[in-house]
Amino acid sequence: MSLSHEEVVHIAHLARLALSQDELARYREQLSSILDHVAKLQVLDTEDIEPMTSILISQSRLRDDTPGACLTEQELLSNAPASEADQFRVPPVLDQESA
Amino acid sequence: MHVPDLAGLTIYRALDGLQKGEFTSRELTQAYLERIERLDPQVHAFLHVASEEALRQAAAADERRAQGGKLPALLGIPLAVKDVLAVAGYPATCGSRILDGFMPPYTATAVSRLQQAGVVILGKTNTDEFAMGSSTENSAFGVTHNPWDLQRVPGGSSGGSAAAVASGFAPAALGTDTGGSIRQPASFCGMTGFKPTYGRISRYGLIAYGSSLDTIGALAHDARDLALLYELMAGFDPLDATSLETPVERSQLDSQEGLKGLRIGVPEEYFIAGLHPAVEHAVREAVAEMEKLGAQVAQVSLPHTEYAVPVYYLIAPAEASANLARFDGVRYGLRVDSDDMVEMFKETRGAGFGSEVKRRSMLGTYALSAGYYDAYYGQAQKVRTLIKSDFERAFEQVDVIAAPVAPTTAFPIGEHSGDPLAMYLEDVFTLPANLAGVPGIAFPVGFDSRGLPVGMQLMGAHFDEARLFRAAHIYQSATDWHTRRPALEN
Repeated sequence: MSLSHEEVVHIAHLARLALSQDELARYREQLSSILDHVAKLQVLDTEDIEPMTSILISQSRLRDDTPGACLTEQELLSNAPASEADQFRVPPVLDQESA
Repeated sequence: MHVPDLAGLTIYRALDGLQKGEFTSRELTQAYLERIERLDPQVHAFLHVASEEALRQAAAADERRAQGGKLPALLGIPLAVKDVLAVAGYPATCGSRILDGFMPPYTATAVSRLQQAGVVILGKTNTDEFAMGSSTENSAFGVTHNPWDLQRVPGGSSGGSAAAVASGFAPAALGTDTGGSIRQPASFCGMTGFKPTYGRISRYGLIAYGSSLDTIGALAHDARDLALLYELMAGFDPLDATSLETPVERSQLDSQEGLKGLRIGVPEEYFIAGLHPAVEHAVREAVAEMEKLGAQVAQVSLPHTEYAVPVYYLIAPAEASANLARFDGVRYGLRVDSDDMVEMFKETRGAGFGSEVKRRSMLGTYALSAGYYDAYYGQAQKVRTLIKSDFERAFEQVDVIAAPVAPTTAFPIGEHSGDPLAMYLEDVFTLPANLAGVPGIAFPVGFDSRGLPVGMQLMGAHFDEARLFRAAHIYQSATDWHTRRPALEN
């Protein structure tokens, strides 16, 4: 299974990773090799097998919607790279040419 | 007052000494801190040592002990914690530049239960970045060296924790096991380590890697210490939606009857061409020893074992790609500035993540992307069901499954650097237990011709931790592999 350069560029974009040309080439080779290995699974007939979405719990556990203790604003902002008043400060989100 | 030799000091021995007044917690903690300062530059087990804080906690423990009454179970016992677990007041880097400087505002449930039991937290130990790796070479802050041979890896991803206990820097350390990350470093470092049934120990406060696979466990010198840690950490936590309500059984460790009544299964699929002869020999000897202690041994089959690597290396990266999406430079950790937010995400993650994390993020992203989901992730989830069924069927015939932990003993630092797939294939014996969600315990059963430890694992049915601790303890009562120490000082 050989990934093309364009496919790796696309995956990097989806994964929000800025990669150098060297990295793109290296990951293209390594990912292709790994995907070759995992393709082994295709030989198995899993037509009647249920996918394992959870180890042991079959239902989501719900609780009453009652508020409890939570972290303070100060605690939540304490690790912020940039903040202003009670908010995280970020660059503007611009329209994307290629989403 | 006399603090005993720290190399090999168990929790039980330390508790005994504290109770009898042989030494105080402050003296014990000070002794560990001095040993760490003297020897950790060679090992690099710790990413962060909190000397003042630890001594403060130790002093508080001594005061509490002086008050008398019913004392918390681990009062004054020093402990190290893998750096993927949040402990308020201590940094948490997950071995990554992207969390350099991050101070968690809360503490993981597993840790806070041990804090309530009175432990003293010495510091945070090294790990492969976001627990992705089998050697601790993927840490952004340098590799940890195996105290048995400093040119070799301690295993991973809980390599820092394994090396810390093996070096006598703490009587025990917390780790995590998502694909073998406690059992394999335990094996490489001659330690005893366990992973619980998935859902037994709350994952609240564990910085997530693979949410359907992650478990918290510990490494120590013997099964008796581990059973104590397990009983204190395990049990339902409303803060973890995958936490189980099944009651935690106390291990009845001592036995007049040895292993009589225990049915051990030996899986044929684990004894394959790549298994190093020294490993196979030590494991088979250990099984023979257990038979002498009264166990019955039978061959079992886990036919889908060969698919564990491809299944894991689709599911774990897929889950990791989702879990690591939160590291974007917005709320915590590294930020590489940009005029545009998406560029900021890309530059931050490009600079902050190491190559293994990037590789798995991309693999996972691809496996989940439109058009590929069913063929990759979907198929992997179905084969995962088959792997879990293999175990369920085997446990109809036997009580525990005995197997090697890794195909080799500790390999040299740098050996697998160029070949990620070769590294993945090393995980073949540990991955199945995580995929099936079953508990496992690894303990030393011998050495190879280079003097490197060999570990064996016992895997049990869901919820059968007590039986695993008991079996390992009885084996350890009849053997002494777990008492051997590396000659670190020379």
